[in-house]
Amino acid sequence: MMFAFDLLLALALLLSGLRTLTTPRLDRGIVLFIAFGLLLALAWARLSGPDIGLAEAAIGAGLAGALLLDAYGVLQRSKDLHSKGVAFKRLIVIALGTAFTIVLSEALLDPLPAAIDLRVPVAAHLEESGVSHPVTAVLLNYRGYDTLLEIAVLLLALLAILAVVGETRIASPSRAHPVLQALARLATPSIIVMAVYLLWAGAFRPGGAFQAAALLAAAAVLLHLVGLLPGWSTPRLRLRLGLVAGFAVFLTVAAALLRQGALLKYPPEAAGGLILLIESALTLSLALILAGLFLILSRDEDAS
Amino acid sequence: MIEWLSMGLMMIGAFFFFAGTVGLLRFPDVYSRLHALAKADNLGLGCVLLALALQAESLAVALKLLLIWPLVLAASAGVGFAIARRAHALGIAPWKKGDGR
Amino acid sequence: MSLLSHVVALFLLANLAVALFAAARGQTPADRMLMALLFGTTGTAVLVLLAAAGGGTPLIDVALVLALLAAIGGIAFAKRAWHVEGNDRD
Repeated sequence: MMFAFDLLLALALLLSGLRTLTTPRLDRGIVLFIAFGLLLALAWARLSGPDIGLAEAAIGAGLAGALLLDAYGVLQRSKDLHSKGVAFKRLIVIALGTAFTIVLSEALLDPLPAAIDLRVPVAAHLEESGVSHPVTAVLLNYRGYDTLLEIAVLLLALLAILAVVGETRIASPSRAHPVLQALARLATPSIIVMAVYLLWAGAFRPGGAFQAAALLAAAAVLLHLVGLLPGWSTPRLRLRLGLVAGFAVFLTVAAALLRQGALLKYPPEAAGGLILLIESALTLSLALILAGLFLILSRDEDAS
Repeated sequence: MIEWLSMGLMMIGAFFFFAGTVGLLRFPDVYSRLHALAKADNLGLGCVLLALALQAESLAVALKLLLIWPLVLAASAGVGFAIARRAHALGIAPWKKGDGR
Repeated sequence: MSLLSHVVALFLLANLAVALFAAARGQTPADRMLMALLFGTTGTAVLVLLAAAGGGTPLIDVALVLALLAAIGGIAFAKRAWHVEGNDRD
Protein backbone atom coordinates (compact mmCIF):
# COMPACT_ATOMS: atom_id res chain seq x y z
CA MET A 1 0.00 0.00 0.00
CA MET A 2 2.67 2.44 0.92
CA PHE A 3 4.54 1.36 -2.15
CA ALA A 4 1.86 3.00 -4.27
CA PHE A 5 2.22 6.13 -2.17
CA ASP A 6 5.97 6.20 -2.51
CA LEU A 7 5.78 5.56 -6.23
CA LEU A 8 3.33 8.39 -6.77
CA LEU A 9 5.42 10.68 -4.59
CA ALA A 10 8.58 9.84 -6.52
CA LEU A 11 6.88 10.45 -9.84
CA ALA A 12 5.39 13.72 -8.65
CA LEU A 13 8.80 14.84 -7.41
CA LEU A 14 10.46 14.00 -10.70
CA LEU A 15 7.82 15.66 -12.81
CA SER A 16 7.54 18.80 -10.72
CA GLY A 17 11.30 19.13 -10.59
CA LEU A 18 11.60 18.70 -14.32
CA ARG A 19 8.84 21.13 -15.03
CA THR A 20 10.25 23.69 -12.63
CA LEU A 21 13.49 23.73 -14.55
CA THR A 22 12.08 23.72 -18.02
CA THR A 23 9.15 26.07 -17.82
CA PRO A 24 9.77 29.32 -19.62
CA ARG A 25 7.64 31.43 -17.34
CA LEU A 26 9.30 32.39 -14.09
CA ASP A 27 6.19 32.73 -11.98
CA ARG A 28 5.11 29.25 -12.94
CA GLY A 29 8.55 28.00 -12.05
CA ILE A 30 8.37 29.61 -8.62
CA VAL A 31 5.03 28.08 -7.75
CA LEU A 32 6.19 24.69 -8.97
CA PHE A 33 9.32 25.09 -6.87
CA ILE A 34 7.23 25.72 -3.76
CA ALA A 35 5.17 22.65 -4.59
CA PHE A 36 8.38 20.71 -5.13
CA GLY A 37 9.59 21.76 -1.69
CA LEU A 38 6.42 20.51 -0.08
CA LEU A 39 6.64 17.19 -1.87
CA LEU A 40 10.23 16.94 -0.72
CA ALA A 41 9.12 17.45 2.88
CA LEU A 42 6.73 14.54 2.40
CA ALA A 43 9.55 12.48 0.97
CA TRP A 44 11.71 13.15 4.00
CA ALA A 45 8.81 12.12 6.21
CA ARG A 46 8.64 8.82 4.35
CA LEU A 47 12.39 8.35 4.61
CA SER A 48 12.27 8.70 8.42
CA GLY A 49 14.05 12.03 8.36
CA PRO A 50 11.75 14.31 10.33
CA ASP A 51 14.60 16.68 11.17
CA ILE A 52 15.20 17.41 7.52
CA GLY A 53 11.46 17.36 6.89
CA LEU A 54 11.08 20.13 9.47
CA ALA A 55 13.80 22.19 7.84
CA GLU A 56 12.40 21.61 4.36
CA ALA A 57 8.89 22.57 5.40
CA ALA A 58 10.09 25.73 7.11
CA ILE A 59 12.56 26.85 4.47
CA GLY A 60 11.39 25.32 1.22
CA ALA A 61 7.73 26.04 1.73
CA GLY A 62 7.98 29.23 3.70
CA LEU A 63 11.11 31.31 3.40
CA ALA A 64 12.40 30.33 -0.02
CA GLY A 65 8.94 30.74 -1.49
CA ALA A 66 8.58 34.22 -0.03
CA LEU A 67 12.07 35.21 -1.19
CA LEU A 68 11.48 34.03 -4.73
CA LEU A 69 8.08 35.68 -4.94
CA ASP A 70 9.49 38.95 -3.70
CA ALA A 71 12.30 38.77 -6.22
CA TYR A 72 9.82 38.01 -8.95
CA GLY A 73 7.74 41.01 -7.96
CA VAL A 74 10.75 43.24 -8.35
CA LEU A 75 11.69 41.68 -11.67
CA GLN A 76 8.21 42.05 -13.04
CA ARG A 77 8.56 45.77 -13.12
CA SER A 78 11.74 45.78 -15.06
CA LYS A 79 12.22 43.21 -17.69
CA ASP A 80 10.98 40.48 -19.89
CA LEU A 81 10.38 37.36 -17.91
CA HIS A 82 10.49 34.71 -20.52
CA SER A 83 13.56 32.56 -20.58
CA LYS A 84 15.27 32.35 -23.90
CA GLY A 85 16.32 29.18 -25.59
CA VAL A 86 13.91 26.93 -23.83
CA ALA A 87 14.24 23.92 -26.05
CA PHE A 88 17.99 23.83 -25.65
CA LYS A 89 17.72 24.13 -21.88
CA ARG A 90 15.19 21.37 -21.78
CA LEU A 91 17.52 19.12 -23.66
CA ILE A 92 20.38 19.79 -21.27
CA VAL A 93 18.23 19.27 -18.20
CA ILE A 94 16.84 16.01 -19.49
CA ALA A 95 20.23 14.72 -20.60
CA LEU A 96 21.94 15.56 -17.33
CA GLY A 97 19.01 14.31 -15.29
CA THR A 98 18.97 11.01 -17.10
CA ALA A 99 22.70 10.57 -16.74
CA PHE A 100 22.55 11.34 -13.04
CA THR A 101 19.62 8.99 -12.52
CA ILE A 102 21.46 6.16 -14.22
CA VAL A 103 24.57 6.68 -12.12
CA LEU A 104 22.54 6.92 -8.91
CA SER A 105 20.51 3.82 -9.69
CA GLU A 106 23.62 1.80 -10.34
CA ALA A 107 25.09 2.95 -7.07
CA LEU A 108 21.95 2.04 -5.17
CA LEU A 109 21.53 -1.34 -6.77
CA ASP A 110 25.07 -2.45 -6.21
CA PRO A 111 26.29 -0.81 -3.05
CA LEU A 112 29.78 -1.24 -1.77
CA PRO A 113 29.77 -2.45 1.81
CA ALA A 114 30.23 0.45 4.20
CA ALA A 115 33.76 0.62 5.47
CA ILE A 116 32.59 1.54 8.94
CA ASP A 117 29.05 1.28 10.22
CA LEU A 118 28.74 4.46 12.21
CA ARG A 119 25.38 3.77 13.79
CA VAL A 120 26.90 1.54 16.44
CA PRO A 121 29.46 3.99 17.81
CA VAL A 122 26.94 6.85 17.64
CA ALA A 123 24.46 4.91 19.72
CA ALA A 124 27.11 3.62 22.06
CA HIS A 125 28.35 7.05 23.07
CA LEU A 126 25.00 8.79 23.10
CA GLU A 127 24.84 9.21 26.89
CA GLU A 128 28.17 10.99 26.97
CA SER A 129 27.21 13.32 24.16
CA GLY A 130 24.88 15.38 26.31
CA VAL A 131 21.71 14.87 24.28
CA SER A 132 19.56 11.85 23.60
CA HIS A 133 18.63 12.47 20.01
CA PRO A 134 21.24 10.96 17.67
CA VAL A 135 20.83 13.59 14.93
CA THR A 136 21.50 16.44 17.33
CA ALA A 137 24.39 14.53 18.83
CA VAL A 138 25.96 14.19 15.42
CA LEU A 139 25.33 17.81 14.44
CA LEU A 140 26.44 19.47 17.64
CA ASN A 141 28.88 17.06 19.15
CA TYR A 142 30.41 14.38 16.97
CA ARG A 143 30.53 16.64 13.92
CA GLY A 144 30.22 19.97 15.65
CA TYR A 145 33.06 21.29 13.56
CA ASP A 146 30.94 21.02 10.43
CA THR A 147 28.10 22.95 12.04
CA LEU A 148 30.55 25.64 13.10
CA LEU A 149 31.64 26.07 9.52
CA GLU A 150 28.02 25.99 8.34
CA ILE A 151 27.07 28.98 10.40
CA ALA A 152 30.18 30.76 9.20
CA VAL A 153 29.09 30.15 5.62
CA LEU A 154 25.61 31.52 6.27
CA LEU A 155 27.06 34.56 7.96
CA LEU A 156 29.33 35.12 4.98
CA ALA A 157 26.32 34.90 2.66
CA LEU A 158 24.62 37.67 4.58
CA LEU A 159 27.78 39.76 4.57
CA ALA A 160 27.98 39.32 0.83
CA ILE A 161 24.44 40.59 0.46
CA LEU A 162 25.19 43.56 2.67
CA ALA A 163 28.26 44.31 0.61
CA VAL A 164 26.34 44.20 -2.65
CA VAL A 165 23.44 46.27 -1.44
CA GLY A 166 25.56 48.98 0.09
CA GLU A 167 24.11 51.90 1.95
CA THR A 168 20.39 51.69 1.97
CA ARG A 169 17.49 53.67 3.20
CA ILE A 170 14.98 51.95 5.40
CA ALA A 171 12.21 50.37 3.38
CA SER A 172 9.10 50.88 5.43
CA PRO A 173 6.37 48.94 3.74
CA SER A 174 2.85 50.22 3.48
CA ARG A 175 0.75 49.03 6.34
CA ALA A 176 -1.54 46.27 5.26
CA HIS A 177 -5.22 46.00 6.04
CA PRO A 178 -5.97 45.48 9.75
CA VAL A 179 -7.23 41.98 9.08
CA LEU A 180 -3.84 40.92 7.82
CA GLN A 181 -2.09 42.69 10.64
CA ALA A 182 -4.33 40.85 13.09
CA LEU A 183 -3.38 37.59 11.43
CA ALA A 184 0.29 38.40 11.80
CA ARG A 185 -0.18 39.42 15.40
CA LEU A 186 -2.00 36.17 16.11
CA ALA A 187 0.46 33.97 14.30
CA THR A 188 3.69 35.44 15.65
CA PRO A 189 3.39 34.33 19.28
CA SER A 190 2.45 30.84 18.16
CA ILE A 191 5.46 30.76 15.87
CA ILE A 192 7.76 31.94 18.65
CA VAL A 193 6.42 29.30 21.03
CA MET A 194 6.86 26.64 18.37
CA ALA A 195 10.40 27.81 17.71
CA VAL A 196 11.38 27.68 21.36
CA TYR A 197 9.78 24.24 21.58
CA LEU A 198 11.78 22.99 18.61
CA LEU A 199 14.99 24.40 20.06
CA TRP A 200 14.38 22.72 23.41
CA ALA A 201 13.09 19.49 21.94
CA GLY A 202 16.13 19.17 19.70
CA ALA A 203 17.90 17.46 22.56
CA PHE A 204 15.63 14.47 22.59
CA ARG A 205 13.53 14.41 19.43
CA PRO A 206 13.63 15.93 15.95
CA GLY A 207 14.10 19.64 16.14
CA GLY A 208 17.07 21.86 16.71
CA ALA A 209 18.50 25.28 16.19
CA PHE A 210 18.21 25.48 12.44
CA GLN A 211 14.53 24.62 12.31
CA ALA A 212 13.71 26.98 15.17
CA ALA A 213 15.63 29.77 13.46
CA ALA A 214 13.78 29.19 10.20
CA LEU A 215 10.48 29.56 12.03
CA LEU A 216 11.54 32.79 13.72
CA ALA A 217 12.77 34.21 10.43
CA ALA A 218 9.46 33.31 8.82
CA ALA A 219 7.64 35.19 11.58
CA ALA A 220 9.82 38.23 10.89
CA VAL A 221 9.05 38.02 7.18
CA LEU A 222 5.35 37.76 7.93
CA LEU A 223 5.47 40.82 10.15
CA HIS A 224 7.36 42.70 7.46
CA LEU A 225 4.88 41.77 4.73
CA VAL A 226 1.99 43.22 6.69
CA GLY A 227 3.85 46.37 7.54
CA LEU A 228 4.53 45.78 11.23
CA LEU A 229 8.27 45.37 10.87
CA PRO A 230 10.29 47.79 8.75
CA GLY A 231 12.93 46.50 6.41
CA TRP A 232 16.54 46.56 7.51
CA SER A 233 18.96 49.16 6.40
CA THR A 234 22.65 48.83 7.08
CA PRO A 235 22.76 47.11 10.44
CA ARG A 236 23.80 49.00 13.48
CA LEU A 237 25.62 47.65 16.48
CA ARG A 238 22.83 45.72 18.12
CA LEU A 239 21.90 43.87 14.98
CA ARG A 240 25.53 43.18 14.18
CA LEU A 241 26.05 41.69 17.61
CA GLY A 242 23.02 39.48 17.14
CA LEU A 243 24.19 38.33 13.73
CA VAL A 244 27.59 37.20 14.90
CA ALA A 245 26.50 35.93 18.31
CA GLY A 246 25.97 32.37 17.18
CA PHE A 247 29.28 32.03 15.45
CA ALA A 248 31.08 33.87 18.23
CA VAL A 249 29.67 31.71 21.00
CA PHE A 250 30.39 28.53 19.11
CA LEU A 251 33.92 29.64 18.37
CA THR A 252 34.50 30.73 21.96
CA VAL A 253 33.35 27.39 23.31
CA ALA A 254 35.48 25.58 20.78
CA ALA A 255 38.54 27.68 21.60
CA ALA A 256 38.00 27.30 25.34
CA LEU A 257 37.89 23.56 24.97
CA LEU A 258 41.04 23.62 22.89
CA ARG A 259 43.01 23.86 26.09
CA GLN A 260 41.78 20.40 26.98
CA GLY A 261 43.27 18.93 23.88
CA ALA A 262 40.89 18.46 21.02
CA LEU A 263 38.73 21.09 19.35
CA LEU A 264 35.12 20.90 20.47
CA LYS A 265 35.64 18.01 22.83
CA TYR A 266 32.96 18.63 25.41
CA PRO A 267 33.52 17.23 28.89
CA PRO A 268 30.64 14.76 29.30
CA GLU A 269 29.14 16.33 32.41
CA ALA A 270 28.91 19.76 30.81
CA ALA A 271 28.06 18.58 27.29
CA GLY A 272 24.29 19.02 27.59
CA GLY A 273 24.57 22.54 28.93
CA LEU A 274 27.16 23.58 26.38
CA ILE A 275 25.11 22.23 23.52
CA LEU A 276 22.04 24.10 24.75
CA LEU A 277 24.05 27.30 25.03
CA ILE A 278 25.47 26.92 21.56
CA GLU A 279 22.11 26.02 20.06
CA SER A 280 20.41 29.03 21.65
CA ALA A 281 23.01 31.39 20.29
CA LEU A 282 22.80 29.68 16.91
CA THR A 283 19.03 30.04 16.84
CA LEU A 284 19.25 33.76 17.48
CA SER A 285 21.90 34.36 14.86
CA LEU A 286 20.46 32.09 12.23
CA ALA A 287 17.04 33.67 12.67
CA LEU A 288 18.54 37.11 12.16
CA ILE A 289 20.59 35.92 9.18
CA LEU A 290 17.70 34.18 7.46
CA ALA A 291 15.38 37.10 8.16
CA GLY A 292 18.04 39.46 6.90
CA LEU A 293 18.18 37.63 3.59
CA PHE A 294 14.66 38.86 3.00
CA LEU A 295 14.49 42.09 4.94
CA ILE A 296 17.65 43.69 3.63
CA LEU A 297 16.60 43.26 0.05
CA SER A 298 12.95 44.06 0.50
CA ARG A 299 11.62 46.97 -1.45
CA ASP A 300 7.94 47.59 -1.27
CA GLU A 301 7.15 50.28 -3.80
CA ASP A 302 3.59 49.28 -4.30
CA ALA A 303 0.80 50.72 -2.20
CA SER A 304 -1.92 48.16 -1.80
CA MET B 1 -17.66 2.87 18.17
CA ILE B 2 -15.01 5.52 18.24
CA GLU B 3 -13.30 3.56 15.53
CA TRP B 4 -16.29 3.92 13.23
CA LEU B 5 -16.69 7.60 13.99
CA SER B 6 -13.05 8.13 13.25
CA MET B 7 -13.19 6.30 9.96
CA GLY B 8 -16.31 8.18 8.95
CA LEU B 9 -14.72 11.52 9.75
CA MET B 10 -11.65 10.64 7.79
CA MET B 11 -13.67 9.81 4.72
CA ILE B 12 -15.68 13.02 5.06
CA GLY B 13 -12.41 14.90 5.28
CA ALA B 14 -11.10 13.18 2.18
CA PHE B 15 -14.28 14.11 0.38
CA PHE B 16 -13.87 17.77 1.24
CA PHE B 17 -10.30 17.75 0.03
CA PHE B 18 -11.48 16.21 -3.19
CA ALA B 19 -14.26 18.79 -3.48
CA GLY B 20 -11.75 21.55 -2.86
CA THR B 21 -9.44 20.30 -5.58
CA VAL B 22 -12.25 19.89 -8.08
CA GLY B 23 -13.56 23.33 -7.21
CA LEU B 24 -10.13 24.81 -7.65
CA LEU B 25 -9.95 23.34 -11.11
CA ARG B 26 -13.44 24.04 -12.31
CA PHE B 27 -14.67 27.26 -10.77
CA PRO B 28 -14.74 30.23 -13.11
CA ASP B 29 -12.96 32.99 -11.24
CA VAL B 30 -10.40 33.54 -8.54
CA TYR B 31 -12.93 34.43 -5.86
CA SER B 32 -14.88 31.20 -6.13
CA ARG B 33 -11.64 29.26 -6.32
CA LEU B 34 -10.58 30.81 -3.04
CA HIS B 35 -13.88 29.64 -1.64
CA ALA B 36 -13.16 26.08 -2.76
CA LEU B 37 -9.69 26.22 -1.28
CA ALA B 38 -11.11 27.36 2.03
CA LYS B 39 -13.39 24.34 2.13
CA ALA B 40 -10.47 22.01 1.80
CA ASP B 41 -8.57 23.92 4.48
CA ASN B 42 -11.31 24.23 7.04
CA LEU B 43 -13.51 21.19 6.69
CA GLY B 44 -11.20 18.76 4.99
CA LEU B 45 -8.29 19.23 7.33
CA GLY B 46 -10.57 19.69 10.34
CA CYS B 47 -12.30 16.35 9.84
CA VAL B 48 -9.06 14.51 9.23
CA LEU B 49 -7.47 16.03 12.33
CA LEU B 50 -10.51 15.22 14.46
CA ALA B 51 -10.52 11.66 13.17
CA LEU B 52 -6.89 11.19 14.09
CA ALA B 53 -7.24 12.95 17.41
CA LEU B 54 -9.95 10.49 18.41
CA GLN B 55 -7.49 7.69 17.75
CA ALA B 56 -4.47 9.31 19.32
CA GLU B 57 -2.41 7.50 21.92
CA SER B 58 -2.44 10.24 24.50
CA LEU B 59 -4.18 13.48 25.32
CA ALA B 60 -1.03 15.43 24.55
CA VAL B 61 -0.83 14.06 21.03
CA ALA B 62 -4.55 14.63 20.47
CA LEU B 63 -4.28 18.23 21.62
CA LYS B 64 -1.29 18.80 19.42
CA LEU B 65 -3.24 17.52 16.45
CA LEU B 66 -6.19 19.74 17.25
CA LEU B 67 -3.87 22.70 17.67
CA ILE B 68 -3.12 22.58 13.97
CA TRP B 69 -6.69 23.39 13.05
CA PRO B 70 -7.15 26.95 14.39
CA LEU B 71 -3.75 27.89 12.98
CA VAL B 72 -4.71 26.69 9.52
CA LEU B 73 -8.10 28.38 9.84
CA ALA B 74 -6.53 31.71 10.68
CA ALA B 75 -3.89 31.37 7.97
CA SER B 76 -6.46 30.35 5.38
CA ALA B 77 -8.74 33.25 6.27
CA GLY B 78 -5.91 35.76 6.15
CA VAL B 79 -4.47 34.53 2.89
CA GLY B 80 -7.90 34.31 1.27
CA PHE B 81 -8.54 37.88 2.29
CA ALA B 82 -5.20 39.08 0.99
CA ILE B 83 -5.58 37.40 -2.38
CA ALA B 84 -9.19 38.46 -2.86
CA ARG B 85 -8.35 42.03 -1.97
CA ARG B 86 -5.45 42.08 -4.39
CA ALA B 87 -7.63 40.56 -7.10
CA HIS B 88 -10.16 43.29 -6.58
CA ALA B 89 -7.48 45.96 -6.66
CA LEU B 90 -6.20 44.55 -9.94
CA GLY B 91 -9.68 44.90 -11.39
CA ILE B 92 -10.62 41.27 -11.66
CA ALA B 93 -14.39 41.12 -11.73
CA PRO B 94 -16.36 38.28 -10.23
CA TRP B 95 -17.80 35.89 -12.72
CA LYS B 96 -21.42 36.40 -13.58
CA LYS B 97 -23.73 33.90 -15.11
CA GLY B 98 -23.47 34.30 -18.85
CA ASP B 99 -19.78 35.18 -18.95
CA GLY B 100 -17.76 32.77 -20.96
CA ARG B 101 -15.63 30.36 -19.00
CA MET C 1 -7.73 2.03 10.91
CA SER C 2 -4.15 2.16 9.90
CA LEU C 3 -5.16 0.82 6.54
CA LEU C 4 -7.67 3.61 6.13
CA SER C 5 -4.96 6.11 7.01
CA HIS C 6 -2.84 4.69 4.24
CA VAL C 7 -5.68 4.76 1.76
CA VAL C 8 -6.63 8.32 2.56
CA ALA C 9 -3.00 9.41 2.45
CA LEU C 10 -2.69 7.88 -0.99
CA PHE C 11 -5.90 9.54 -2.08
CA LEU C 12 -4.72 12.91 -0.89
CA LEU C 13 -1.44 12.44 -2.64
CA ALA C 14 -3.35 11.71 -5.81
CA ASN C 15 -5.21 14.96 -5.21
CA LEU C 16 -1.87 16.69 -4.96
CA ALA C 17 -0.73 15.17 -8.21
CA VAL C 18 -3.82 16.50 -9.94
CA ALA C 19 -3.27 19.91 -8.38
CA LEU C 20 0.33 19.82 -9.52
CA PHE C 21 -0.72 19.12 -13.04
CA ALA C 22 -3.19 21.98 -12.93
CA ALA C 23 -0.59 24.28 -11.40
CA ALA C 24 1.64 23.66 -14.36
CA ARG C 25 -1.22 24.44 -16.68
CA GLY C 26 -3.05 27.15 -14.78
CA GLN C 27 -4.02 30.19 -16.67
CA THR C 28 -3.50 33.02 -14.32
CA PRO C 29 -0.88 33.63 -11.65
CA ALA C 30 -3.52 33.40 -8.96
CA ASP C 31 -4.60 29.95 -10.07
CA ARG C 32 -1.13 28.64 -9.74
CA MET C 33 -0.59 30.21 -6.33
CA LEU C 34 -3.86 28.78 -5.09
CA MET C 35 -2.60 25.39 -6.14
CA ALA C 36 0.50 25.92 -4.05
CA LEU C 37 -1.70 26.80 -1.09
CA LEU C 38 -3.77 23.70 -1.61
CA PHE C 39 -0.52 21.82 -1.60
CA GLY C 40 0.26 23.23 1.80
CA THR C 41 -2.98 22.16 3.40
CA THR C 42 -3.14 18.79 1.71
CA GLY C 43 0.47 18.24 2.64
CA THR C 44 -0.37 18.94 6.27
CA ALA C 45 -3.13 16.37 6.13
CA VAL C 46 -0.88 13.80 4.49
CA LEU C 47 1.77 14.37 7.14
CA VAL C 48 -0.59 13.78 10.05
CA LEU C 49 -1.91 10.69 8.31
CA LEU C 50 1.63 9.42 7.87
CA ALA C 51 2.23 10.14 11.53
CA ALA C 52 -0.74 7.98 12.46
CA ALA C 53 0.32 5.30 10.02
CA GLY C 54 3.64 4.71 11.69
CA GLY C 55 5.73 7.79 11.18
CA GLY C 56 5.35 8.87 14.79
CA THR C 57 4.72 12.15 16.53
CA PRO C 58 7.69 14.07 15.05
CA LEU C 59 5.71 14.19 11.83
CA ILE C 60 2.97 16.05 13.67
CA ASP C 61 5.56 18.72 14.43
CA VAL C 62 6.38 18.91 10.73
CA ALA C 63 2.68 19.30 10.00
CA LEU C 64 2.43 22.11 12.57
CA VAL C 65 5.36 23.93 10.99
CA LEU C 66 3.82 23.54 7.56
CA ALA C 67 0.51 24.87 8.82
CA LEU C 68 2.18 27.87 10.43
CA LEU C 69 4.20 28.83 7.40
CA ALA C 70 1.70 28.17 4.66
CA ALA C 71 0.32 31.63 5.08
CA ILE C 72 3.59 33.32 4.31
CA GLY C 73 3.85 32.20 0.72
CA GLY C 74 0.29 33.25 0.03
CA ILE C 75 0.71 36.68 1.56
CA ALA C 76 4.04 37.22 -0.18
CA PHE C 77 2.31 36.45 -3.44
CA ALA C 78 -0.62 38.75 -2.81
CA LYS C 79 1.47 41.67 -1.70
CA ARG C 80 4.58 41.37 -3.80
CA ALA C 81 4.32 39.13 -6.78
CA TRP C 82 1.00 39.81 -8.39
CA HIS C 83 0.99 42.80 -10.66
CA VAL C 84 -0.93 41.85 -13.72
CA GLU C 85 -4.14 40.08 -14.12
CA GLY C 86 -4.90 37.98 -17.08
CA ASN C 87 -4.35 34.78 -18.89
CA ASP C 88 -1.15 33.91 -20.51
CA ARG C 89 -0.29 31.79 -23.45
CA ASP C 90 1.95 28.76 -23.22
